[in-house]
Amino acid sequence: MPAQDDMREAMLAAVPNLRAFAVSLCGDIDRANDLVQETLLRAWAHQDSFEPGTNMSAWLFTILRNHFRTEYRKRRREVEDADGGYAERLTSPEAQTGHVEFGELREALLHLPPDQREALILVGASGFSYEEAAHICECAVGTIKSRVNRARKKLAELLTIELEQEAEIEHEVLIRRAV
Amino acid sequence: MPQTEKLEESPKGRLSRDIQRKIGQQLRAMYTDVVNEGVPDRFADLLRRLDDKNK
Repeated sequence: MPAQDDMREAMLAAVPNLRAFAVSLCGDIDRANDLVQETLLRAWAHQDSFEPGTNMSAWLFTILRNHFRTEYRKRRREVEDADGGYAERLTSPEAQTGHVEFGELREALLHLPPDQREALILVGASGFSYEEAAHICECAVGTIKSRVNRARKKLAELLTIELEQEAEIEHEVLIRRAV
Repeated sequence: MPQTEKLEESPKGRLSRDIQRKIGQQLRAMYTDVVNEGVPDRFADLLRRLDDKNK
């Protein structure tokens, strides 16, 4: 069945991007791999719902995104039950991913609301157009645009504070050395 | 003086554009880092198994 081989090849080709999307969404490489695995299983089981000629990558991103959202809500409920609070329990993103150099950015991303986070990643990193991102997130193009803008602003706030703090610490060290 | 106000605004605007550009670059670099890891064996194996099952 040649169509099935094409399907497999196309899904395989999408894996690196799906993993990058998943890691950016959840900040945890193990959880990201599980998300991708579940996405592939679901996509394979629902091959019939893929319309040939449309964007396979966008279709897979939609499945991953929806699965993440369901998981996220479930986790949030579990944490609320346990703690009576809303915060998702997070360990250091650096420890989770092993990509130390992007630790601050990863942590800042996790401070964004999930709808802003996914919009920013789809448009700013995955390279989807606003229209494609709107399709994946099942919302209006204007909504995606405003989410991306809010995400950029919030990230700048979070990372600027971080950079300023670093600069201040360096400054203090220099003063102490001078004295 | 409205003229001075405009001049005062522009360095701030430039800073925010610089920060935005840096964040954009970092975001893409972080993403590309994972993309460059390619396809881990577990996913190639999984798809092969699914494919074989359907044949």
